[in-house]
Amino acid sequence: MKLLNCPVNGVRPLSEFIFGGECREMPNPETSTDLEWASYVHYRDNAPGIKKEWWYHSPSGTWFIAERNTLSDEVLSTYLHGKAPAKNTKEQSA
Amino acid sequence: MAYQLLKYALGGEYKEPRFFRDCQTPKKSYDAVIIGGGGHGLAAAYYLAKDHGITNVAVLEKGYIGGGNTGRNTTIVRSNYLTPDGVNFYDASVKLFEGLSTELDINLFYSNRGHFTLAHSESAMRTMRWRAEVNKHVGVKSRVVGTDEIAKACPQMDLSCSGKSPIQGALYHEPGSIARHDAVAWGYARGADSMGVEIFQNTEVQGIDIKDGQVQGVQTSRGYISTGKVLSAVAGFTPRICKMVDLKTPIVIHPLQACVSEPMKPWLDTILVSGSLHVYVSQSSRGELVMGSSLDPYEFHSTRSTFDFVEGLTSHIVDMFPFLSNVKIVRQWAGMADITPDFAPIMGMTPIKGFYLDAGWGTWGFKATPISGKTMAHTLANDKPHDLIHSFRLSRFEEYELTGEKGAASVGH
Ligand SMILES: Cc1cc2nc3c(=O)[nH]c(=O)nc-3n(C[C@H](O)[C@H](O)[C@H](O)COP(=O)(O)OP(=O)(O)OC[C@H]3O[C@@H](n4cnc5c(N)ncnc54)[C@H](O)[C@@H]3O)c2cc1C
Repeated sequence: MKLLNCPVNGVRPLSEFIFGGECREMPNPETSTDLEWASYVHYRDNAPGIKKEWWYHSPSGTWFIAERNTLSDEVLSTYLHGKAPAKNTKEQSA
Repeated sequence: MAYQLLKYALGGEYKEPRFFRDCQTPKKSYDAVIIGGGGHGLAAAYYLAKDHGITNVAVLEKGYIGGGNTGRNTTIVRSNYLTPDGVNFYDASVKLFEGLSTELDINLFYSNRGHFTLAHSESAMRTMRWRAEVNKHVGVKSRVVGTDEIAKACPQMDLSCSGKSPIQGALYHEPGSIARHDAVAWGYARGADSMGVEIFQNTEVQGIDIKDGQVQGVQTSRGYISTGKVLSAVAGFTPRICKMVDLKTPIVIHPLQACVSEPMKPWLDTILVSGSLHVYVSQSSRGELVMGSSLDPYEFHSTRSTFDFVEGLTSHIVDMFPFLSNVKIVRQWAGMADITPDFAPIMGMTPIKGFYLDAGWGTWGFKATPISGKTMAHTLANDKPHDLIHSFRLSRFEEYELTGEKGAASVGH
């Protein structure tokens, strides 16, 4: 059984988790054009690579972020939204 | 007969002809290049040559033909979809399939079995009635049946599913069929090759050259090829090809798994699907039960298979058929399904001139192989989408005009 590290509950079997899709910044609905909004709703950068994703630990109701390589299925880190560990923040801004 | 066989065996020269030429060196340029030697790419090449006389075409396949989802699916062919546009489209495909063994002169083992989508709840029955009415309206043979008719067609099944989720009725679709999937790829390949199309295996497209919004050519593992028209028919690899041209789509890749049992004497005539139990099953001409389930639960670009899958699937199969509990699973595998939010494909033109897309085939594209080849060939030849694929255009998402097929496509394939 594959395991995943919930930032609140620790390492748990994958069957306790639900995939919530890629984590993307929402454009401002007041100022975005129709096309920008439609792109946000529908279009994805869906090529394989390291992605920031939403995951849900269902027994405890915890939503969190996982950074995962979608080609190898390796999870690099998990953290609560807005609480990325320092090294990851650096990687993202690089 | 015996003498001829002996003479042939000892002759040392086996004259079985190749299906298509062993092309190694591409020309400098083609009128069209097709990426992907699955059923869809090969069918498009075949109809480009046959219907439109366009034969200066190269099909580039990074592995071997039919090695993608074409050779990994559970071969269910049907047209009992939910939207009128979907039903019309898949019905045209079923009709092409019915004459395809003759047209391609290859035995596709096309076997008309009838197809039951089982309903275990009142809400599932409602969807079945809805589908039956849409199907009948378009002229496709589907009707809602009761448990007596299901029991007659498949007396071996426990209609209470071990008491866990009793079957209330089903959508019965008479044209439902199965076929030999790799033969479809090989038949189209031979047909296309005989009209002049060149098929390159072990040839990967690594980049697509675009200037002023127009396709100029493709970079491949066998060098640069110039062309004004590129068709991407790569199913689970679509996001990687789209990235080469900086095109975003709603497609997300999930693995889809399947397995077969050891062979048995024929006992299951029909194709059975249960959305609630997440299973579908048919018996192949070899006697194996061919079984599949729903998508793996998260995005993953890989063809690995899992024990979780067989465990979950077989427990439901045994609920339906308790007598199968001693039967062995002999093979399992996975394909990469290119899933769209509305469970309809993405076909036709794109914002890039000369770049055409045949994708979003998810768990349901084998049955569409002939019609997608035909309509994409039309689209390339005329630089205008075929009428049948209007609802499947990429721009439907930004126009919020989705083609909701989820109720008919999710587990049923
Ligand atoms: C387990 C499973 C069960 C299924 N069951 C059914 C079913 O019962 N009924 C049904 O209708 N559908 C079913 N499907 C869906 C169906 O298999 C597919 O939708 C269909 O086969 C897609 O065909 P294709 O020709 O578009 O793609 P593929 O057959 O996947 O062909 C694409 C080809 O492109 C090649 N390629 C990729 N990238 C490159 C590149 N850069 N350069 C060159 N070549 C490249 C690949 O090697 C591959 O051979 C199932 C799928 C799976 C995985």
